[in-house]
Amino acid sequence: MPVFEKGESKVWQRRTRTQSLFHWAMWLTGTAVFVYCWERISEATTWFFVWDAPRISADIWTRATPPRWEYVSQLGGPIWDTLNIATLGTIIAICLAVPVAFLAARNTTPSVLIVRPIALLVIVSSRSINSLIWALLLIAIIGPGVLAGVLAIAIRSIGFCAKLLYEAIEEIDESQVEAIRAVGARPWQVMTYGIVPQILPAFAGITVFRWDINIRESTVLGLVGAGGIGLQLQASLNVLAWPQVSLILLVILVAVIISEWISAKVRGAII
Amino acid sequence: MSSELDSVLGKRWKKPPLIRRTWLRRSLSIGFVIYLILAIATIEVNWLRVYEGLDRGLLFILAFASPDFISRSSDIWTGMVESLVMTVGASVVGIAISIPIGLGAARNIAPLPVYLVCRGIVAISRALQEIIVAILLVAIFGFGPLAGFLTLSFATIGFLSKLLAEDIESMDRVQAEAIRASGSSWLQWINYGVQPQVMPRLIGLSLYRVDINFRESAILGLVGAGGIGATLNTAFDRYEYDTAAAILILIIVIVMSLEYISGMIRAKVQ
Repeated sequence: MPVFEKGESKVWQRRTRTQSLFHWAMWLTGTAVFVYCWERISEATTWFFVWDAPRISADIWTRATPPRWEYVSQLGGPIWDTLNIATLGTIIAICLAVPVAFLAARNTTPSVLIVRPIALLVIVSSRSINSLIWALLLIAIIGPGVLAGVLAIAIRSIGFCAKLLYEAIEEIDESQVEAIRAVGARPWQVMTYGIVPQILPAFAGITVFRWDINIRESTVLGLVGAGGIGLQLQASLNVLAWPQVSLILLVILVAVIISEWISAKVRGAII
Repeated sequence: MSSELDSVLGKRWKKPPLIRRTWLRRSLSIGFVIYLILAIATIEVNWLRVYEGLDRGLLFILAFASPDFISRSSDIWTGMVESLVMTVGASVVGIAISIPIGLGAARNIAPLPVYLVCRGIVAISRALQEIIVAILLVAIFGFGPLAGFLTLSFATIGFLSKLLAEDIESMDRVQAEAIRASGSSWLQWINYGVQPQVMPRLIGLSLYRVDINFRESAILGLVGAGGIGATLNTAFDRYEYDTAAAILILIIVIVMSLEYISGMIRAKVQ
């Protein structure tokens, strides 16, 4: 406890002198880095447009309101596509994520030295790259369309699901597995009766959680041409049809809120 | 021997199903199958196009073996620096703004009107995706990293304030009460009673958010909001797979090292 004598009285301080110096140095470097970053951003900005921003945003607002409600009739198909992209993508991702997770978990992997690092690399690569980039890549390979969206969502979700799942597998209670093994179960039976029941709630929770995120992500996949409601958004933006843009944004917002509500309900029921 | 035991003995044991109610389980699985059939039936796939694309897919995978960092190195460098600058700037501003909003969104320290306003801000920020916010901000502020910077800051506020508020709500009241009882002002109460309790988690979450911000900054370029995304998009459009592979490898390496660093700092703080 840093206490200094000052004549008769004792003065309490929160940190010792070295600690304060260290804190000052950290704050100084942090501020310097931030100021440098701000300089870079400000150099690349046309400030005239920024000062003009209030007028522009008011202008966009007057153009975008009221939304073109009758356009809703054309959004049924794209919404259905969006839902399919998210759901099918999640299903494919889950099917692929389960084996990856078992290979990546320290207590179930066949080899810690070779297989586990490969599985972890798969997880990290899939997680680091956004689904929009995966979609760009797949569109270049297999052409624009819903299929590219489904695959992009699937590839992006593998890492997420596998990471959460393998953490759940690593946290299981070993004594249950031991008990199953002690009654003479084969490795496959140990898996289905010892490990799977312990991670099933986590598995269901992860699936629904990822499905909810995927609904959000699939709404914008169309921006790069991978199907769904984003295609309509992009088309409306290109012709500056702001009343349609505002309607599409509203529809996306409602879809996101509904999917979040469903996901919260299901997770509440499981856990 | 009771007859109850006898009736059980003859039967084989069966694993209990995940959903207990039979009708719910059956209708869920039937509905799911019907949905699957409908969904797969409505997807239009041009199999010929997919088949032709497989060669290109193979080329792309091969490109990972020989990524080309050299021929577009200046574009890659500018894009990466811009992405990193946006990440750092937006994380600093986002965290700075989300701390007061997080305090306001915690029911146990904020009065009801403040609580409602802050929760509203959090809800709006969380409901809008980054890319949509970026489109709107690019329309308002023009092309360039400023739009990306504002987008990421806005997204950080929703994420961090919500988690910070939840952490404050579940803190130990006794410590905060003790500070209050010694006659502290409101600021001292927050600084000595609340802050030390939530600081480790706040640091952990902030580092995690820096990580997310970098990943998001890689796509903002697609809509003109600055960063590496624009370079990546151009590389894909021109079928320069080796350059694209180089950029993707760089992104993966930076994300991995950020995760590693934040893991070390978190282990030290907690």
